[in-house]
Amino acid sequence: MSRSRSSLIPKRSLIQRVFSADVLAPLGVGLAFLLAWDLFVQITGLPPYLLPRPGLVLQTLFENWNELFSSLMVTLQITVIAFLAAAVSGLGISVLFTVNKWIERSLFPYAVILQTTPLVAIAPLIVIWLKDNTLGALVLCAWIAAFFPVVANTTLGLNSVDRNLTNLFKLYNTNPWQRLIYLRLPSALPYFLGGLRISGGLSLIGAVVAEFVAGTGGAKSGIAYQILIASYNLQIPKMFAALLLVTGLGILIFVGLSALSDALLKDWHESAVKQES
Amino acid sequence: MSSTVPPVRSTLKPAISLSNVTKAFSTGTVALQDVSLTIHEGEFLSLVGPSGCGKSTILSLIAGLSSPTQGDLTWQMPDARRNLAFVFQDSALLPWATVQENIRLPLKLAGISRSASEDRVAEAIELVGLQGFEKSFPRQLSGGMKMRVSIARAIVTQPKVLLMDEPFGALDEITRNKLNEDVMNLWHQKRWTIAFVTHNIYEAVYLSTRVAVMGVNPGRIVTELDIPEPYPRSETFRQSPIFGQYRYQLAEALALGMGATVPL
Ligand SMILES: Nc1ncnc2c1ncn2[C@@H]1O[C@H](COP(=O)(O)OP(=O)(O)O)[C@@H](O)[C@H]1O
Ligand SMILES: [Mg+2]
Repeated sequence: MSRSRSSLIPKRSLIQRVFSADVLAPLGVGLAFLLAWDLFVQITGLPPYLLPRPGLVLQTLFENWNELFSSLMVTLQITVIAFLAAAVSGLGISVLFTVNKWIERSLFPYAVILQTTPLVAIAPLIVIWLKDNTLGALVLCAWIAAFFPVVANTTLGLNSVDRNLTNLFKLYNTNPWQRLIYLRLPSALPYFLGGLRISGGLSLIGAVVAEFVAGTGGAKSGIAYQILIASYNLQIPKMFAALLLVTGLGILIFVGLSALSDALLKDWHESAVKQES
Repeated sequence: MSSTVPPVRSTLKPAISLSNVTKAFSTGTVALQDVSLTIHEGEFLSLVGPSGCGKSTILSLIAGLSSPTQGDLTWQMPDARRNLAFVFQDSALLPWATVQENIRLPLKLAGISRSASEDRVAEAIELVGLQGFEKSFPRQLSGGMKMRVSIARAIVTQPKVLLMDEPFGALDEITRNKLNEDVMNLWHQKRWTIAFVTHNIYEAVYLSTRVAVMGVNPGRIVTELDIPEPYPRSETFRQSPIFGQYRYQLAEALALGMGATVPL
């Protein structure tokens, strides 16, 4: 039974997990791709200002590390603030939606509109309106990009409570507040976390897009500013290096949020249960 | 435990009565038509019938989860309505809570503090034999053990009336037999009033003081059968010729309820 089960099956060590197929397969594909890229540039003799060799990108990254990394931190700051705002407001909005159907009816369409309007199209407006507060403008743009998945997912979760459990809580004469705290919110947790996983990446994309739109103004400039400047100066290897950093950050955010989700759901939710064959 | 013969039904006090109850849904389905049924104090009443005959509907009417379209439902047993517990077929546990927390749930929702509920939870866990699994999560348990948790969660409220909707329908026979025995002993010891839904005739005869057989299209009560055999009942009872006779009578009534003219 459960107790003996967990102790009978040996836990996989860190080394085993690092060298598992889940890690090795994509790593192999990545290496093959880099090799092909390198060969391609060598054979065709493309100049570095069109397509730099992977080695050169890495070299540029190290040479400009301090500058690029501090820019990345600026972008990360915007991303994190927007993400946290999206998580909190998204949760709050979906709770409001489920508390009162009228609120959902009247506001949900606008959430959809905000989501489907291209961010690049409204970002300039926001930047102009908030021209004295660049950080605020950038955060607002990133938030617009990020909040919808949290709202949509969490609302779905709050409405997906098991019917028998709903009956059980009725039988216990619970008030709406108790049902929310002890039944609906826990039921919605996996959905909320799924929303966060999508939102994390979108916060970063939103931050980068907003930085692009905001352009070169402001003293503290993010990674998009670096990409922009590098492209003006035709410093293509530096562009690639900055791109590499953004991508790396995106992956880190995704992995981090997945780990958070697994940790919170490991005891009870199928999504976090490792399949054993 | 001393052996006792269940008292004759006419000497029992009525606890819950349905009189001429009809339940129709907006979809047009008539789940119950003109059903009259009395559940007596201390009785172990089983509802047997084909699926769709309205067994679950009767329980949800009694539980107050829905109300009759026509007819009346009356509670004659003082205080029983507030001391009612429900056991669902799929155990209906909170997947995010441990066994202990699941069992404590009704007390927590009633505003009883953790310290005040501790002993009651421990007692319920002991009664269903789940010691050692307090900290386990539902997905780590077998179907039979989940059902035990569900029963413990019902017991912990010290109910007077227990409604059970096909609680063991999804379990294998060995597990079901064991749980049947345990529930029967608990009922015998605690003097609950039980309404027990099943489609298993063996289970119904083995457990009940009385069985109501239902028919379908429309949902109705075909016949009621008393089973005045002594408790606690044992494997010997299950193997006895009289057990077979009860089973035969029920099977016949069931066939009647499904519109068949030839008895099985
Ligand atoms: N909420 C509902 N809405 C519409 N029809 C329902 C509802 N609940 C039950 N029914 C119908 O009522 C009939 C009896 O259902 P039920 O009491 O669940 O039967 P049983 O438990 O005996 O299998 C079935 O035909 C079922 O489809
Ligand atoms: Mg049913």
